[in-house]
Amino acid sequence: MNVLLENLDLFYVGFIGTLELFGICGVGSLVGGAVLAAMRVGPVPFLRGAATTYVNLFRNTPLTLVLFFFAFAWNRLGIVALSFFTLACTGLIVYTSTFVCEVLRSGVNTVPVGQAEAARALGFTFGQTLSEIVMPQAVRAVVPPLVSVEIALLKNTTIAAGFSVVEAGRILPSLSERGFSPLVGGLWVALGFVLLVVPLTLLQRRLERRWSVAR
Amino acid sequence: MTATAVLYDIPGPKARARNRTVGYLGVVAVLAVVGYLGYRLAATGQFESRKWEFLTFEAIQLLLVDALLATLSAFATAAVLSLVAGALFAAARLSDHAWLRAPATVVVEFFRAIPVLVMIFFGYFGLPSVGIDISTFWALVIGLTLYNGSVLAEILRAGVLALPSGQNEAAYALGLRKTQVMASVLAPQALRTMLPTIVSQLVVVLKDTALGFLIGYPELLLVTRTLGSQARFDFPIIPVAIVVAVLYVAMCLLLSALANYVGKRSRRGGRGSAVDPAVQARMDDGVVNEG
Repeated sequence: MNVLLENLDLFYVGFIGTLELFGICGVGSLVGGAVLAAMRVGPVPFLRGAATTYVNLFRNTPLTLVLFFFAFAWNRLGIVALSFFTLACTGLIVYTSTFVCEVLRSGVNTVPVGQAEAARALGFTFGQTLSEIVMPQAVRAVVPPLVSVEIALLKNTTIAAGFSVVEAGRILPSLSERGFSPLVGGLWVALGFVLLVVPLTLLQRRLERRWSVAR
Repeated sequence: MTATAVLYDIPGPKARARNRTVGYLGVVAVLAVVGYLGYRLAATGQFESRKWEFLTFEAIQLLLVDALLATLSAFATAAVLSLVAGALFAAARLSDHAWLRAPATVVVEFFRAIPVLVMIFFGYFGLPSVGIDISTFWALVIGLTLYNGSVLAEILRAGVLALPSGQNEAAYALGLRKTQVMASVLAPQALRTMLPTIVSQLVVVLKDTALGFLIGYPELLLVTRTLGSQARFDFPIIPVAIVVAVLYVAMCLLLSALANYVGKRSRRGGRGSAVDPAVQARMDDGVVNEG
C-alpha cells in the first residue's frame, strides 16, 4: 500500500497519460481503419491494392519497430518536428488502423450476398449500399471484435512508455529508480490495467451474446 | 475479393469512367505521399553510400546475424513454452473439477488483461528486488509466455467447445475414459480447426520479441539503436531500421502465409474436422489476434 500512496503522483500522471493516448488513438484508429476498409472493399483497383499493401505491411511490423521509427528516425527527416507524445500517437494510429480495417472488412463479408444484391436491384450506388444496407447489419458482427482491437490498443499504449512518453508503462522503471519495490508496484500497475480492461471485456461479451443472431 | 464484389455491379461505361478518375486521383495522392517521403529521405542523405557502408563490414554483418538469432531464439523458446502453457491452461479450464477450473480461469483472464510489457518489466525490475536474478532473455520469454499462453489457452478451449456434442457422446458411448476422450477425440480435432489461429498467434509472439529492446535484450532493434548512433558510419539509424524492418516483415509474412496455407489445407481435406464450416468461418473471422 505504501508503494502506491507514496508514489501517487507517479501513478496518477502515468494512468492519465495512458488514457489520453488511448482516447486520441482510439478515435484516430477508427477513422483510419474506416477509410482503409472503404478502400479495400471499393470498386477502384488501385485504391484496393494500395490499402491491401499498407495493411499487410504494417500488420506484419512489430509495433515496437513502428514506434522506434517515429521516436528515433522521424525528426531526422526534417518534415515537421513533433513531440514524443504526438509521434507515439501517430505510430499507434498507423499500426492500429490496419487491425480496425480488417475487422470492418470481415464484418462486411458476414452480410448475406442477397442483401447487397437486393440493394443493387433497387438502384443503390456503392456508397448507399455500404452505408444504408451493409454497414448497419455488419455492425453486429463488427462491434465485439472491434472492442477487442481497442482493448489491445489500450494495452499497447504501454510500449510508448519505452519511447519517452509519460505513461503507465513508465511507472515500473520510475519506481525502480526511486528505490521502491517494483514487485509491489508491478502488482498495482497490473491492477490498474485489470480495472481498465475488465469493463471493456464485459461489454464486449455482453454485446457478443446479445448480437450473435443466427442468420 | 469475390465476396466483396457483390457490393457493386459490374461497372458500366459511366461507372468505369468515374472509377478511373478516382483511381487516377488515388495514384496522384499515393505518389505524392510516397514521393515526398522518398524525397525527404534522399534530401537528408539517407540513400548516400556513406550511410549504407556499414553493411560491407563483416563484423557488422555478424552482429546483425547474431541479433537475428537472438530474436529467433527468444521467439522459439517463447512459442514452445506458450503452446505448452496454453495446453495446460486450456485443460485446466475445461476440467470437471471446480478447484482446478476456477483458479485457471482467474489466471487466464488476469494475464490477458495486463499489457505484455508490464509483465516483462515485472520480471526484469521486480524479480531482482527479491533476490531472484533473471537475465533479459528470460524476463522477455516469461512475459511473452504468460500472455500468449493465456491467449492460446482461450483459442484451444474455443476449439474444443466448438466441436459438435456428438463427438463427445460417441466417445463416451465407446467406453473411453475422460482423459481418453479429451486426448484422442476432442483435442486432435480442436487442434486441427484452430491451427490457423494458433499460427497467427505465433506471429504475435514473433512481433512481440521486439519488446526485448526496451529491457536491453540484444535483439534486432537494440542493434539498430547501437549501429544508428555510430558516428563512424554517419549515424545510419534509418538505413539500419529499413534493413531490420524488411527482416521482420519477411519473417512475419512467411508465418502468416503458413497460417493461410494450413487453413486452406485443413478446410479442403476430406478428413477435416467435424466443425460446421459456417462456424469455422465465423471463428476464423472473429478471433482477433491482438497485436
